[in-house]
Amino acid sequence: MTRADLADLAPLAPLAILAVTPLVVTVAISVRRHHALALGITLAGLAAAVAAVPAALAAAPATAGALVTVDALSLSFTLLIALGTAVVALMSRPYLARSERRPEEYYVLLGIAATGAAALVSTEHLAGVILAVETLSVALFGLIAYPRDRAGAIEAGLKYLIMTGAASAVLVFGAALLYADIGGLTFDDIAARASGGFSVVGLAGLALVIAGLAFKLALAPFHMWAPDVYQGAPAPVSALIATVSEGAVAALAFRMLSATGALTEPALAAIVAGLAVVSMAAGNLLALLQTRVKRLLAYSSVAHFGYLLVAVMAAGPLGVEALLFYVAAYFVMTYLAFGVVTALSGRAGDADALDHFKGLCWRRPVLGIALVLSSLSLLGVPVTAGFIAKLYVLAAGASEARWGLVVAIALTTAISAFYYLRLVVVSLSRPAEDPRGDDRSLEAAALLTVLVALLIALGVAPGILEPLATRAADALF
Amino acid sequence: MTDTSFVLPLLLALPVLGAILVMLVPREEHGLHRGIGLVTALATFGVALFALALFDGEEAGFQLVFDLEWIAALGVHFKVGVDGISIWLVMLTAFLLPIVLLAAHRSVSHRVRDFVAIMLVLQTAMIGAFVALDLFLFYVFWEVMLVPMYLLIGVWGGKRRVYASIKFVIYTVVGSMLMLAAIFYVYVQHGLTTGEYTTDLVQLRELVLPYGAQVWCFAVFALAFAIKVPLFPLHTWLPDAHVEAPTAGSVILAGVLLKLGIYGLLRFAMPLFPLGAAEAAPFIAILAVAGIIYGALVAFVQEDIKKLVAYSSVSHLGFCSLGLFTLTVQGVSGSIFAMLSHGLTTSGLFLAIGVLYERRHTRRLSEFGGLWKQMPIFAALFLIVTLGSAGVPGLSGFVGEFLTVFGTFIAGETFPAGWDSYLPAPKLLAAFAATGVILGAVYLLYMFQKTMFGPLDNERNKSLPDVSRREITVFAPLIAMIFVMGIAPRPFLQTAEPSVDRFLTMYESKLTQPEAVTPYAVEFDEQGNAHRREQPAAPGDAAAERDGAGDAEARAERTQR
Repeated sequence: MTRADLADLAPLAPLAILAVTPLVVTVAISVRRHHALALGITLAGLAAAVAAVPAALAAAPATAGALVTVDALSLSFTLLIALGTAVVALMSRPYLARSERRPEEYYVLLGIAATGAAALVSTEHLAGVILAVETLSVALFGLIAYPRDRAGAIEAGLKYLIMTGAASAVLVFGAALLYADIGGLTFDDIAARASGGFSVVGLAGLALVIAGLAFKLALAPFHMWAPDVYQGAPAPVSALIATVSEGAVAALAFRMLSATGALTEPALAAIVAGLAVVSMAAGNLLALLQTRVKRLLAYSSVAHFGYLLVAVMAAGPLGVEALLFYVAAYFVMTYLAFGVVTALSGRAGDADALDHFKGLCWRRPVLGIALVLSSLSLLGVPVTAGFIAKLYVLAAGASEARWGLVVAIALTTAISAFYYLRLVVVSLSRPAEDPRGDDRSLEAAALLTVLVALLIALGVAPGILEPLATRAADALF
Repeated sequence: MTDTSFVLPLLLALPVLGAILVMLVPREEHGLHRGIGLVTALATFGVALFALALFDGEEAGFQLVFDLEWIAALGVHFKVGVDGISIWLVMLTAFLLPIVLLAAHRSVSHRVRDFVAIMLVLQTAMIGAFVALDLFLFYVFWEVMLVPMYLLIGVWGGKRRVYASIKFVIYTVVGSMLMLAAIFYVYVQHGLTTGEYTTDLVQLRELVLPYGAQVWCFAVFALAFAIKVPLFPLHTWLPDAHVEAPTAGSVILAGVLLKLGIYGLLRFAMPLFPLGAAEAAPFIAILAVAGIIYGALVAFVQEDIKKLVAYSSVSHLGFCSLGLFTLTVQGVSGSIFAMLSHGLTTSGLFLAIGVLYERRHTRRLSEFGGLWKQMPIFAALFLIVTLGSAGVPGLSGFVGEFLTVFGTFIAGETFPAGWDSYLPAPKLLAAFAATGVILGAVYLLYMFQKTMFGPLDNERNKSLPDVSRREITVFAPLIAMIFVMGIAPRPFLQTAEPSVDRFLTMYESKLTQPEAVTPYAVEFDEQGNAHRREQPAAPGDAAAERDGAGDAEARAERTQR
């Protein structure tokens, strides 16, 4: 192989490394079952993928066959996915060490999920989308139901299987209709047809594809699975679904909607805007009634992807920037929230009732501060990443003069103050008795401290993501 | 950028650095926490005094400006600066914090470290909101303020603190989120018309929005600010928040936070959306007068002293809103002066209530009575503060209320052509507002009489100790300033005047044709008699009256030139 050939491979390196990692872990497990080893290989693989990103960026854009397209946008998200998966892996170690006897295969599934997510952001072809979505989903079934002795986890896994199966069916049917109409499945094929106007069949196909993705994003009214799955799954897996899985789907949705020009069709634009508003309203209103923290976070994620959809709709440089920043910020705040839940979860099951969090700030200051800050960030209070993220989304909505969406964000955010602040109130209230069996390791505290620092850093100096966002925007527009 | 541009960032950074330092000290070292807090607050006040010394009172524009790019993608800058209006509000904030920290010495005994840190962070946020010259930066400080204030009520508050703190936050968040949407509208409109996307207030002020947009945007901004003020029907969060908040929280809330509502209207809502403001002026003026009377009447029937003072704030802030919307030099200056004075006197009242509460753990009026005999020094301090709040000439409260009522009285005649119906029946409004002054004296003196005079018949009151030396130290600077502002209001008004003039000139030039510039000076002379006629009606310190009148005349001359 010549040097030139190797250089050609550089853009594909991050994705390839992510794909190889779970295989290496599998082999390692068959040789020697060891928790730290499996984690170590996974982290090394993720680190290698992250390290490969700069070189890939320099060589991007590139394609590999019809199904894989690597550009600055996909690499930015691959970076986020690899980092996010690493955080989940670190978060999972003490959790699994407490509650699982055979934790090693967990990391195989984690690696496969990351690969699926990275493949999803690196494709401009509906067949690629379907393949990547399936890879991601199959890994997630296993992860959700990983604690086999817990009835809740099995139930959640089954629920996710059925719902995601339905979603895939819708997605595939939509793709089939599109193929019947235009005879191609790449985004360029669809864009070529979009300029001339879709036929009814094509329009229905696109609408079904959007509905399939809305399932994956848990956008209302396709959100029914989210609270049950978030509640039943192990806390780190819930975090993985909320971030890596949904973040990748959001990035794909952005790419698809902007590359195909689907939103120039008023009917489709109305559907997407409707999904956004309904998600914001439903997510925030339903969260008001929740006393279970994981369900509350599920509804909160429904609302947040509703906000994010406003950025997704704003095709253009500002849209890319808003999307990237929002997803990055959402990653950090979600990991903080679920990190606290994970650290408080013992063998008996996950910390879920609000009582578990009572007086957290006084008995476990690091966890308490992490939960308070992540709640405030999810609400969008300044000096946290969540505020700048909301600012970006509002700016994206305003730049497209979608004032209805902007006002919807403003009003539903005001509603969300109720339940986010309830989390703050609970963590600040008089300390309850310390539940036993939770995680007091330095590991969890260190991870949360780093995430808190990141949350504040993004809130104070949002410019640190700027170079990446600019590259991604330049690549697309 | 000048070489003095470091002053305001320093002013903002000091309290945060102090807060970080406090958090690094071990939890048990309460004395050290208080010490660091007090030293930081005093140092901040020192920097504020330095800023005041650098400030040029003749200049109308923004001074000590510091400008740094913050979010490049959105054109957001970290831009701060002060003018003759905000400099005094910054001074007020910096002045009150050491007092509050000293006063909280006994009342806050648990989680002292967090308390001190939160107060310092709040300090930065409040000063930041007063000096921000970028809409987003202002919004950031405005929202950041919410969290410490929420914690202050929610952690150190009374029995119903959770209810009160959530109510406080919900009210504020509803207003501010809508305001954020409106900020975006302005931002995008400016970007579309000029090609430059910016949130710089000075640039955005130049933008003339279409009539409908101005009305909507003003409505949204005014809602956010009116909740904070609070304007009459939106005031219901205030008594709850005050009653549940610890003394320190009440002082900061009444002393500074409420002023941000008025300041926001003056600095942002009115200059950005003058047509909307003009349309809304009659409603706001009527609501302000309604608030003055309603607040006074409700205060009169309160059994809880703190609630009484909370409602008195509704009444007093009514004067500030009213003065602002008269759009006369007198009204606007009066509004600013009344804000400063209210910051001093109401803080004094809440501190006095704190003194009583620390001793008796009750705030019911009927529990007190005859305390004058038991606590003579306290009674004297309390009396000065009460009279200052009631607007007795010679003390600070008088000047502000007088100027706002006077400004209202002449409002109809002074406002530019084409907008002669700007305020409906200004003389009637002025008459009602003046009734509020009288009612204010009634309920405040009633409060004083109930607590201090009469027989000392409650056994538990017979052993109350008088104020300690520390408590006298807390009251001394407040009382000194109440006297200074009452006897010599001129320096305060003079520094603010160029900025007020500029505010009014800019406002009018956006409303009317260029030829109709500043007719209020001429009109003012015709009303000079009315001014003099009112003087004998107000009894008391003649020196203060001469001062006030002389000041008004000087202003008239200046505007004529």
